[in-house]
Amino acid sequence: MDKFTTLTAVAAPLNVANVDTDKIIPARFLKTIKRTGLGKSLFADMRYNADGSEKADFVLNQEKYRKAQILVAGDNFGCGSSREHAPWALLDFGIRCVIAPSFADIFFNNCFKNGILPIRLPEDVCAKLMDDAALGTNARLTVDLERQVVVRPNGEEFAFNVDPFCKHCLLNGLDDIGLTLEHTAAIDAYEARQPSWQPKIHGA
Amino acid sequence: MPRTLFDKIWDAHVVDRLEDGTCVLYIDRHLVHEVTSPQAFEGLRMAGRKVRRVENTIAVVDHNVPTDADRLKGVNEPESKLQIETLEQNVAEFGVTYFPMSDARQGIVHVVGPEQGISLPGMTIVCGDSHTSTHGAMGALAFGIGTSEVEHVLATQTLLQKPAKNMLVRVDGKLAPGVTGKDIVLAIIGKIGTAGGTGHVIEFAGEAIRSLDMAGRLTVCNMAIEAGARAGLIAPDETTFAYIKGRPFAPKGKDFEAAVNYWKTLPSDEGAHYDKVVVLDAAEIAPEVTWGTNPEAVIPITGTVPNPADEPDETKRAQMERMLSYMDLKPGQKIAGTKVDVVFIGSCTNSRIEDLRQAAAVAKGKHVAPGVRALVVPGSGLVKKQAEEEGTAQILIDAGFEWREAGCSMCLGMNPDKLTPGQRCASTSNRNFEGRQGPGGRTHLLSPGMAAAAAVTGALTDVRELI
Repeated sequence: MDKFTTLTAVAAPLNVANVDTDKIIPARFLKTIKRTGLGKSLFADMRYNADGSEKADFVLNQEKYRKAQILVAGDNFGCGSSREHAPWALLDFGIRCVIAPSFADIFFNNCFKNGILPIRLPEDVCAKLMDDAALGTNARLTVDLERQVVVRPNGEEFAFNVDPFCKHCLLNGLDDIGLTLEHTAAIDAYEARQPSWQPKIHGA
Repeated sequence: MPRTLFDKIWDAHVVDRLEDGTCVLYIDRHLVHEVTSPQAFEGLRMAGRKVRRVENTIAVVDHNVPTDADRLKGVNEPESKLQIETLEQNVAEFGVTYFPMSDARQGIVHVVGPEQGISLPGMTIVCGDSHTSTHGAMGALAFGIGTSEVEHVLATQTLLQKPAKNMLVRVDGKLAPGVTGKDIVLAIIGKIGTAGGTGHVIEFAGEAIRSLDMAGRLTVCNMAIEAGARAGLIAPDETTFAYIKGRPFAPKGKDFEAAVNYWKTLPSDEGAHYDKVVVLDAAEIAPEVTWGTNPEAVIPITGTVPNPADEPDETKRAQMERMLSYMDLKPGQKIAGTKVDVVFIGSCTNSRIEDLRQAAAVAKGKHVAPGVRALVVPGSGLVKKQAEEEGTAQILIDAGFEWREAGCSMCLGMNPDKLTPGQRCASTSNRNFEGRQGPGGRTHLLSPGMAAAAAVTGALTDVRELI
C-alpha cells in the first residue's frame, strides 16, 4: 500500500447524496481477478453513454478534473455493496482522498486498506470545499494527514478527525495483516479456550 | 453492567486490544464467494501465507453463476467462468470446503449458511458481501467486509475493529394478514433512512419480530445494511433453537444442549444501554413497495408517489425529481396499478422455502399476466428440491413462472439474468439502485406475495386483494 502523507491536488466536486458503490462501479465490472485496471469503469453509468462515448457534463470528463486526486462528495457516500472494487476504481483513476459530510461504514473502512484517505467534515465546510473544487485547476486543496488539516486555496484550514491506528497505517503504508500477526500468540490462546461444542466445518 | 446482545458477542470475541481501543476480533465463520475473494487468495499466495483455519471457512459460488437448467454444461460468459474457476483452484490449493454448482447444497451464501447450520447464535460471521447482515437473524454478529479484510481473515482468523454503537428498533404489536418481514424492514428503512443505522448495529426486537419465523427474521436482518447499519441482530429464542436442531453442521446431542445453554445467555440484559431507540407499531405497517432508487423511497401499496414540490430541502428535492424521472413515475399517481414487465422472486432477501410458499399461495390457480416474464430463483439447491417435493414448485410452474437453478440471479445483474433498459421489475431483492438489475432497469422492491400478485395481474397490486 502506498503511503499517504500530504497531498496537494485538484479536487473534483460531486454534489450528489447517497452515491452507492453500484454507482461507483456497477456489478458488471466486478468480474475481474485483479485489483487494477478498474479506473476506466469508475462511475461508468454516470460517465459514459450507452455507446461508450463520454457524457460531456459528468465532472470527471471535464478537462480540468481528468487529473483530480481529491473528490468532494455528498452525504452517505459509498453506501450499499461492500465491494472493494469501489476504492480500487477510485485509486486506479488517481483519487487518493474523498471528502464528504458522511460515509457508509464498509466503504469508509475499505478506503484505508488501499491508501485512500476518507475525510468526514461538516456540511457547511464541505460546501466551501465544493466551491473551491468548482474552480478546477485554478484551485488546489492540500490535505495534510500528519497535522489532520485540509487547507483551502486561500489558506484557511479545517481540522479533521481520523482514527489513530488508521492514520499510523496510512502514514507508513503498513499492511495490517503483518501487524495482526504480531498477536499470533493471543490468537492461539483464544482458539485453545473455545468451547468444545463449537462445530468445525470439515470437507464434507 | 447490563449488556446488549451485541456487547456480549463482541466481548466474547476480543482476542487482544491495541492502545487506541482497536480490538483484534476473532471470527468464527468466514463465508467466501467467487467475486470478492480472488484478490484475497492472490494476496495470501504472494505473501506465502496459508488459510489459518479452514475449519472456520466455507466457499460457494453464487453471484455470477447462470441459473438456467443447462448450466452444468458450462458457463458461457468468459469472465464469469474465470472467476468460478479461480475460486475452484483457490479452494483446492488452500483446502477450503466448497459447494460447487453441481452440489445440491450450492446456493446464495446467505441462504446456505443458516440452512446448513454453519451460522449459529453467538458467533462472529463475516463475508465479502454487505448482505452478510442476514445471519444476524440467528443471533450472530454478522457483517460484510471488503476484499482486504477477506485476506486478513483468511490469514489471521481475526479482524481489527472498533465496537459499533447499539441501536434498538422495536416493532410492537401484531402484523396484519398479508404483511411480512419484508414489509417490516422496508417500513423501518422508510422511517430511519438509508443512513439511519450508520455506525450502529441494529437489534430488532418487539412482538412483531418475535412472531416471525426464521425466514422472516433473515429477511429483516438482510436489509439492515440498507439502513446503513453494519449488522442486524435478533436475539436467539426457541424459534431459533428449533430451526438449528438437526442441521448438518450444527452441534449434536450433548453438544447441542451445551450450545443452547450458552445461547440462552445471549439476549440483551434488562436495562442495557442503546445509543438510539426507534419504535414502530406493527399495525401501521402495510404491504410496502419502493417507488424510487434507494430503499428509503418506500410507500404502502395503498399510497401515492410523493411530490418533490412538497420537499423543502433543495438537494433532496432534486434527488426525488431524478428518481421519478429514472423510474418514469408521476408525482401523486397511485403506485398500485403501475404496469410491470418482469417479476423476480429470489435473492438472499427472499428465496427461502417460506418465501416461495408465500408466492405460491397467491399464484395458485392463476396465471402470469400476458407480456410479463416472471422468474423464481430458489436460494439454494436444497430449497429448490424441497419446493419440488412438496408441490410448491409445480404451483408456480403451472402458473407460468420460470423455475430456475439457485444463485443471486437478477438481484445484481452479474450473470445472464438482467433487465433491459426501461424494463420495470417487481422484485423481492434488496436494492433498487439505478442499473442494479441491469443498466436502465427500474426496480420496485416488495415481498414475495406482492411479487406474485404483480405477476398474475401484470401490475403492482395489493396482495391482500388476492388472499
